[in-house]
Amino acid sequence: MAGTERHYVSTTNACKLCKPIGACLAFRGIEGAVPFLHGSQGCATYMRRYIISHFREPMDIASSALSEKHAVFGGGPNLKQGLKNVITKYGAGIIGIATTCLTETIGDDVPGIIREFCQEEKDLFSNDTGPLLVNASTPSYSGTHMEGFHEAVKAMVGQVATRNGAAEDVNLLPGFVSPADIRYLKEILEDFKVSGTVLPDISETLDGQALLDYEKIPSGGTPISGIKTMGSARATIEFGRTLMGEHTAGELLSTRHGVFLSQVGVPIGIRESDEFFSAMETISDKKIHQKHEQERGRLIDAYVDAHKYIFGKRAIVFGEEDLVVGLTSLLSEIGVIPVLCASGGKSGHFGECVKAVTKGITDAPIVRDGADFFDIASEAKSLKPDLLVGHSKGYSLSRKLNIPLIRVGFPIHDRIGAQRILHVGYRGAQSLLDRIVNAVIERKQDVSPVGYTYV
Amino acid sequence: MSDKRIMNAPAIALDDFVEGVVDVYPAKAAKKRRKHIVVRDPAEKQRIEANERTIPGIISQRGCCYAGCKGVVIGPIGDMVHIVHGPVGCSYYSWLSRRNLFRPRADGQNYMQYCFTTDMEEKDIIFGGEKKLKAAIQEAYDIFKPKAISVLATCPVGLIGDDINSVSKEMSEKLGIQIIPFSCEGYKGVSQSAGHHIANNNLFKFVIGQDDIEQKEHTINILGEYNTGGDTWEIERVLNRCGINVLSVFTGDGSYSEMRQSHMADVNLLMCHRSVNYIADMMETKFGIPWIKVNFIGIKSMAKSLKKIARFYDDPKLTERVEKVIEEEVAKAEEGIARYIPRLKGKTVILFVGGSRAHHYQGLFRDLGMVPIVAGYEFAHRDDYEGREVLPDIKVIADNRNIEDLTVERDPERYNPRKDDETLKRLKEEEVIDTYHGMWEDMGRGTMAIDDVSHKELGMLIKKLKPDMVCSGIKDKYVIEKFGVPSKQLHNYDYSGPFAGFRGAVNFAKDLDMLIHNPVWKLTTPPWKKKPVLKADLTVST
Ligand code: SF4
Ligand code: SF4
Repeated sequence: MAGTERHYVSTTNACKLCKPIGACLAFRGIEGAVPFLHGSQGCATYMRRYIISHFREPMDIASSALSEKHAVFGGGPNLKQGLKNVITKYGAGIIGIATTCLTETIGDDVPGIIREFCQEEKDLFSNDTGPLLVNASTPSYSGTHMEGFHEAVKAMVGQVATRNGAAEDVNLLPGFVSPADIRYLKEILEDFKVSGTVLPDISETLDGQALLDYEKIPSGGTPISGIKTMGSARATIEFGRTLMGEHTAGELLSTRHGVFLSQVGVPIGIRESDEFFSAMETISDKKIHQKHEQERGRLIDAYVDAHKYIFGKRAIVFGEEDLVVGLTSLLSEIGVIPVLCASGGKSGHFGECVKAVTKGITDAPIVRDGADFFDIASEAKSLKPDLLVGHSKGYSLSRKLNIPLIRVGFPIHDRIGAQRILHVGYRGAQSLLDRIVNAVIERKQDVSPVGYTYV
Repeated sequence: MSDKRIMNAPAIALDDFVEGVVDVYPAKAAKKRRKHIVVRDPAEKQRIEANERTIPGIISQRGCCYAGCKGVVIGPIGDMVHIVHGPVGCSYYSWLSRRNLFRPRADGQNYMQYCFTTDMEEKDIIFGGEKKLKAAIQEAYDIFKPKAISVLATCPVGLIGDDINSVSKEMSEKLGIQIIPFSCEGYKGVSQSAGHHIANNNLFKFVIGQDDIEQKEHTINILGEYNTGGDTWEIERVLNRCGINVLSVFTGDGSYSEMRQSHMADVNLLMCHRSVNYIADMMETKFGIPWIKVNFIGIKSMAKSLKKIARFYDDPKLTERVEKVIEEEVAKAEEGIARYIPRLKGKTVILFVGGSRAHHYQGLFRDLGMVPIVAGYEFAHRDDYEGREVLPDIKVIADNRNIEDLTVERDPERYNPRKDDETLKRLKEEEVIDTYHGMWEDMGRGTMAIDDVSHKELGMLIKKLKPDMVCSGIKDKYVIEKFGVPSKQLHNYDYSGPFAGFRGAVNFAKDLDMLIHNPVWKLTTPPWKKKPVLKADLTVST
């Protein structure tokens, strides 16, 4: 049933965002970076607003602020002027330039304009530390915010990484996970005693401290020096089952620089996390730290404790494809039946990946790619779900069906703490499990006429 | 001129400060930018530049033409289907993000929670998206049977040559409902302001004046009020108590059916001058409906606005009723804010919002004993600062040239002056109708007006002036709070409200108190950073 054809012409209540926002998010995870949109200023403003309401952090995106005239005659001059201002006024160490529908439609040659700019403004680039300009092509009319995200990561690797450096690092390409996830992943790398380059690293840039001062460009992020040496790393670990076999940043590092590539699913739930930890063991040639083994043990124990509350519950899962695949894997492990897996993305691999993580555990769920909430709601009618797992846009449906929504992923703009949600690893599974089970218990308690105190 | 100091703020030489602020720009830009910053001196005739293109690479708060058209004006109309023609992002970002509340009317039509888009893909960009748009309109009609549909264009649409006007016309004839095209591609104009204009034009062309239904006496429209956090409802509550009927609101809690009858009202009350002054003017020319500039934010402003309306009607019974309502409501509201005043008094505020709220809220702050020291708009024009007197001097900038100014004439049958010429003349002279003085009338000597503030400037303002609170939108909120200064969002109200009217003022006071006296501001520095560092004088013996 995978990949059912969509029935409707319009996208109604989309379950995806546009490509450049993904690129901006990824660029935000680079040290000293200012994301820059080549297009009219509106896109930048809208995207900032969305990112800010999720992370509750400042988020700057510069723009070339094209007008009607530029839309007709080309946006080159504005792009150059904008880059110059960002370099001189914000002191950017790196500018991540993403295109928008506008500049893709008019066909601006961004790499060409950037080359010209560097020629014309030699002074700005006179020293080694001069700003790097990285560009990603991100027209929304082909792909979602996730494609934009991966495109930006690939652009960083493709345009910055070299083979100069010590060959003991590990590259970790986690995709779009939360700041809390990144912090935890870095801890895991440390516990395996490997120095790693996590690209991108939004753990500080999008979850900053109250400083009583303001940093124009927030501290933290993947150091550029680290990205420069990615080509000499001993291996790359890349998350995302739908990325396997695609032209990704990991694949680029492997074909161009010969870096060994290990692709695993986003490590959500025990099995996917096991894969990740095993990959870490192989690559680091070290045993898993006892701490993590213990966490796994406690997680198993918790699965056992939780089973009676959630076994046989039916869930609808939605969001980015790889996130949904991971969540589906977790849900099926804990005895919840994923009845519908939906995403606005259309990588073409969604169905097979969902099948891979449910095989042998539960019946293959209905899979809808390129889906919107109108599709999800129509499908939900006959599915009798007990809970929804996904981002805030599922709230209307959860209200209509009167079932809980477990908020994960992006965007979450009706709860606090989105940046602190832990999804990955044993620890992430533990926290998701607790939240899911408690939501189910809470609902049961709330609607019960008895008023159970012990459940 | 160091005597121009901001009252209640740390004394700084404002002119030096202004030079310092603009210094961060490249020389040419700095010269231009200087003109957007004015230290107020009411004794002089001053001028501010506004509605100019943002400098590329300098991060501003502004949105695009589509945001002004769909996001601000058209989106809040709840009983119409709105289809965004373009790639997915633009529609997603304007999907209920502005908190414009809507309550369905008797016909039950309510599309507020939907966000429709043609979600253009590569093939639509290459081969054109008209077919898909037609199919989308047909589909929306088949599923929902709405009374009307709007089609809103985003950036790529104009560039690939999709003709949304002819598609809308064709489908309108086919389906027998109104389909209204808005060519509000984001690159038009310099900010969302262009989109307001486009939205106004088409509401006027397609919606206003379509349905002649006799109205009760004392019936008004409210223009430029968007029902953020339920503001419209509080305003309506008070007006209804006064015996004034609200026929339609543009466009908060907005109903397409009601707007079609709006030309039957006695007078238009104009809240946000920036976003709907066009409609107000056009309705006056065509139907003879004058407008009254009102400000329903703040206790005194609200009372003053109600009195203005009473003066317009000049009906003793109504006036008496209005006076009575004011007396009761003011007393209650003052009682409500009394406990907060000692906690808010003398606190300084900086406001940067939109195209009218940075003016409207100043009165409310003063009601609470607070001191607005700097204010500015994101996308206003000169007249919003300086008053409508400057309208004749404003040059149309190149960016706005393609936005149509409708030529409007008297409706031969339905033009109906609401008062005789003499009364109208007198009301105008008394500044009851058809005038707006802009933000400046309320900004005293030494305060500062800044148009389209940048983050950099905002940062410097906070550091130098140390305000107790900064009001802005979500894009600045977290920047401001990183400085340790509380921020109130005046676009979406931090998910609170209503703040309009009498009850709103009390809600607002409560929110501000909560923000300013948040205990966390006292906890920011850990004890080990407060104590003098202890010199280690322990000798460790081994
Ligand atoms: S693409 Fe154009 S219409 Fe859409 S948000 Fe960007 S500037 Fe606005
Ligand atoms: S035009 Fe494209 S890039 Fe801009 S907001 Fe719309 S979909 Fe996103």
